[in-house]
Amino acid sequence: MSEKTITVTVNGDDRQIPSDMTVTEFLESLDLHPGLVVVERNREILDRDRYGDVTIQEGDVLELVHFVGGG
Amino acid sequence: MTTDSKVPAVADEPLVIGGRQFQSRLIVGTGKYASNQEMVETIEASGADTVTVAVRRIDLDRTKEEGILYHLDPDRYFLLPNTAGCYTADEAIRYARLARAAGMSEFVKLEVIGDERTLLPDVQGTIEAARVLIDEGFKVLAYTNEDVVVALRLEELGCSAVMPLASPIGSGLGLVNPYYVREIKSRLQVPVIVDAGVGTASDACITMEQGVDGVLMNTALAAADRPAAMGRAMRLAVEAGRLAYLAGRMPKREWAVPSSPTAGLLE
Repeated sequence: MSEKTITVTVNGDDRQIPSDMTVTEFLESLDLHPGLVVVERNREILDRDRYGDVTIQEGDVLELVHFVGGG
Repeated sequence: MTTDSKVPAVADEPLVIGGRQFQSRLIVGTGKYASNQEMVETIEASGADTVTVAVRRIDLDRTKEEGILYHLDPDRYFLLPNTAGCYTADEAIRYARLARAAGMSEFVKLEVIGDERTLLPDVQGTIEAARVLIDEGFKVLAYTNEDVVVALRLEELGCSAVMPLASPIGSGLGLVNPYYVREIKSRLQVPVIVDAGVGTASDACITMEQGVDGVLMNTALAAADRPAAMGRAMRLAVEAGRLAYLAGRMPKREWAVPSSPTAGLLE
């Protein structure tokens, strides 16, 4: 992994992350279990089996959601 | 339905929504509990096998323990995601797709809210969202008001269940319009689940006595002083109301009819 970083928006906040990171690696860096997270990238839902293939790009807008208590 | 073995069984059909059979006619929410432990105890006491959940952003600065799946076993409880908090059809569609991507099922409790003060449904938005979601293969349980015409439209669109409110979400006002709810039930083929507004056990019982297929509640349990005790009360009330409906109540009269023989009275 290079030293270069990119800026992405995650759940509404800008974050600096290393470039060339896959979604799987990014979730690992946040200590999130891929099976319990749904990832939306630039308004498109990512299939879980693609998390390892998709590399996060500069300017990506990511939403990481899960189930919480609700009625 | 669990009943005392000494009581003669009354034939009842199982509740089937979208081809899936449900054990309990009581569906409960998972929001607003003081603790996750209290939520789990209350759901257990309620006997519900289906619970609703919401889709929200993960709070990246806080513990991951917030996620409901850390506390509820999806093998034991059927998770019914909602689109609560959505004010447009597009928002609700987005949330429904995210929920389905979580991999639980194609079921969604569709809510499109039209007014912040009353949280009453935007029925136009609900119909729009239902049309798109059903086309995408979702099994839609549509939250709506007690409007017979809208309920019929939602059924025509292909909703798996129609969920008229008893009264506004979180209000605890009980069933304000039993006549319209009864009428909806009598006109629809798909299951009718009354969702929102039940405050206490008698409300749940009266609701089930209208002949509807089930009741969905959250705040009545979470906001009770002792939620688990209310969970059990609701379980009994839903069973009692269902059984009373199946038993067929006596007709109401505005005059008295003696219960004891009028013959054989002393001179």
